[in-house]
Amino acid sequence: MGTSSAPVVEMRNVRVSFGGVRAVDDVTIDLRPGEVVGLVGGNGAGKSTLMKVLSGAQGPDSGEIRVNGQPASISNPRDAKRLGIETIYQTLALADNLDAPGNLFLGRELTTPIGQINDAAMEDQTRKVMGRLNPHFKAFRKPVVSLSGGQRQAVAIARAIYFNARIIIMDEPTAALGPGETAQVRNLIKQLKNEGIGIFLVSHDIHDVFDLSERISVMYHGRLVGTVNKDDVTTDEILGMIILGKPPTKLTEKDIAELKG
Amino acid sequence: MANVADAAQGQDVQVVPRPGLRGLLAQTEIDLRLFGMLAALAIILVGFNLISGGTFLRPVNMVTLGVQAAGIAIISTGMVLVIVSRNIDLSVGSLVGIVAMVYAELMANWLTSLGIGIDFPFRWAIALAIGIAVGAGFGALQGFIIAYIGVPSFIVTLGGLLSIRGLVWYLSNGAAVTGLDPTFQLFGGGAQGSIGGTLTWAVGLVGSLAVVGLLFNNRRRRRQYGFPLRPMWAEVTLAVAGSGAILGLSAFANANYWPQGLADQYAAAHGLPAGLQISTGFPDPLMILLGVTLLVTWLGTRRRFGRYVYAYGGNPDAAALAGINTRLTILKTYVLMGVLCAISAAIAVARLNAATLDVGQSYELYVIAAAVVGGTSFAGGIGTIPGAVLGAFVMQSLAYGLAYIGVDSPGQNVAAGVVLILAVGLDSWNRRRGTRTPR
Repeated sequence: MGTSSAPVVEMRNVRVSFGGVRAVDDVTIDLRPGEVVGLVGGNGAGKSTLMKVLSGAQGPDSGEIRVNGQPASISNPRDAKRLGIETIYQTLALADNLDAPGNLFLGRELTTPIGQINDAAMEDQTRKVMGRLNPHFKAFRKPVVSLSGGQRQAVAIARAIYFNARIIIMDEPTAALGPGETAQVRNLIKQLKNEGIGIFLVSHDIHDVFDLSERISVMYHGRLVGTVNKDDVTTDEILGMIILGKPPTKLTEKDIAELKG
Repeated sequence: MANVADAAQGQDVQVVPRPGLRGLLAQTEIDLRLFGMLAALAIILVGFNLISGGTFLRPVNMVTLGVQAAGIAIISTGMVLVIVSRNIDLSVGSLVGIVAMVYAELMANWLTSLGIGIDFPFRWAIALAIGIAVGAGFGALQGFIIAYIGVPSFIVTLGGLLSIRGLVWYLSNGAAVTGLDPTFQLFGGGAQGSIGGTLTWAVGLVGSLAVVGLLFNNRRRRRQYGFPLRPMWAEVTLAVAGSGAILGLSAFANANYWPQGLADQYAAAHGLPAGLQISTGFPDPLMILLGVTLLVTWLGTRRRFGRYVYAYGGNPDAAALAGINTRLTILKTYVLMGVLCAISAAIAVARLNAATLDVGQSYELYVIAAAVVGGTSFAGGIGTIPGAVLGAFVMQSLAYGLAYIGVDSPGQNVAAGVVLILAVGLDSWNRRRGTRTPR
């Protein structure tokens, strides 16, 4: 799968700096349809900032983004969504005081012909999409603040998949979940992959990344250490990339021994 | 044992109606908070009626009370949206003051010098339109500084409170301005500034039909999508209680009559026998309040603008990441405030038949108190517009009632302050107890 088809997203030579700090320094990565690319790195490695550039939450200082081979200009979250790029943020980015339909359609409300918000239609659609993700979900009219962590996650995921995304960015999708809910999210990722959706998976959990990704891109202090096929590397080599910032070819026996020590 | 297991699982399936009054209320889906405030209002009114020996609850008192509350209540509808979106507006009193002075100057001096003389048709409407534009302009300016430049709203509107009140002085050189258009004076209520008996019945009828229509439409839409329905008894209760209350208010307002002297003059002029009783019906300020409440509630709950205000209040980052133009949304809340202040100023000027330097003084405090008593939370994201209107009526009933039984103005202030703290304290306590917080 994957290698033959053209990339659905290419980010080339992207740079972002905050003051004097180079948060993202000349990074080039890509993503193909039906592929999961794991994006890993330590705290402050720049992975979240890089993904914010793609989701429109952060403007790049320089660099180019191509979607389906066409140069794309993404200056705010609306632009990204228009290009079929949806994001599930680590914080979930839910308005706690709104109910599930209100959050799912936030910024893209269904309206009647005279421009009134159509709550009934939104609830109806939400029932359908949530039925797929979490059939037990019943609290369609409660503010999401009163939902459990897993239910809130389901709302955030429903928002990403409802609008026929081609590309989904998942930032630590299982960080706040219990084991059962984590398994659900992993199944969902596989299912989305089979539907031809490209996924950037940002995660600290190296096992998640190894299980789910085709390729793994490692960042270190804002730079891209390298992008490797999962089948060509070991978890030790990935750890070496994350912790020492060295690509597998430059990793010595001594380095590995140190990592394990 | 099986029963225990069933009960434990039952939580997930369908909520079993809670026993008692609370359970019944939950089935009607009435906002418990609003219900509680209505009850509080009723207790205050009946309490003063008992203390005053049965004279307080007369139509003439209630109509006056309503007119006094209207000016505050109108602005509080907008204050809800401002506080919900985590901001504040301290400048409303000064905004009312400047627009009031603009109205008076327009009708007394400026329009005439522009060639729009006393006999010009719709002179009052021209003044009103210019005043609303001035209010919206000041609102937009403050909103722009808050939303686009990023100065905290507390600071910007505190500056507005001071500097706009100063501008009022410059407009009038420190003197009161009199000489309003006679039509404009009708905004203030009174015998002629009321809609009269027939129209009041018409309003009551339309209102009660609207209640039934809304319930019916809601039920039809729920059935269409297969959502759970209210029990029929709840629908009927709501319909009867809603339309009954509206028709009852209409009858009550129609039991208020023109002053006998004025009625006799009218009778003489129209060749009718003396001793004629003419119903005033609802006063104009209350009709304006009704219109404003419906409009702002509609903006707040049925339009994207309102949805974005609540979303921003709930989580500003989430709103921005959802692609909402949050800055424009905040700017719009302040423009709305400017417009509402201009409407309130029209009522204030019309009641005084003049603009003085201190029109609208301290309004910001009463407006914020009304919104907060009505359940608006300073944490953002929570608050309802009907709640704020009820809050304004609760505060005004208290002040009016205390004055009626002879408590002086410092005493009224003490009571208002204590009630404000009590209302919010009770609310926090209620929420901490873990009862559901209706939105």
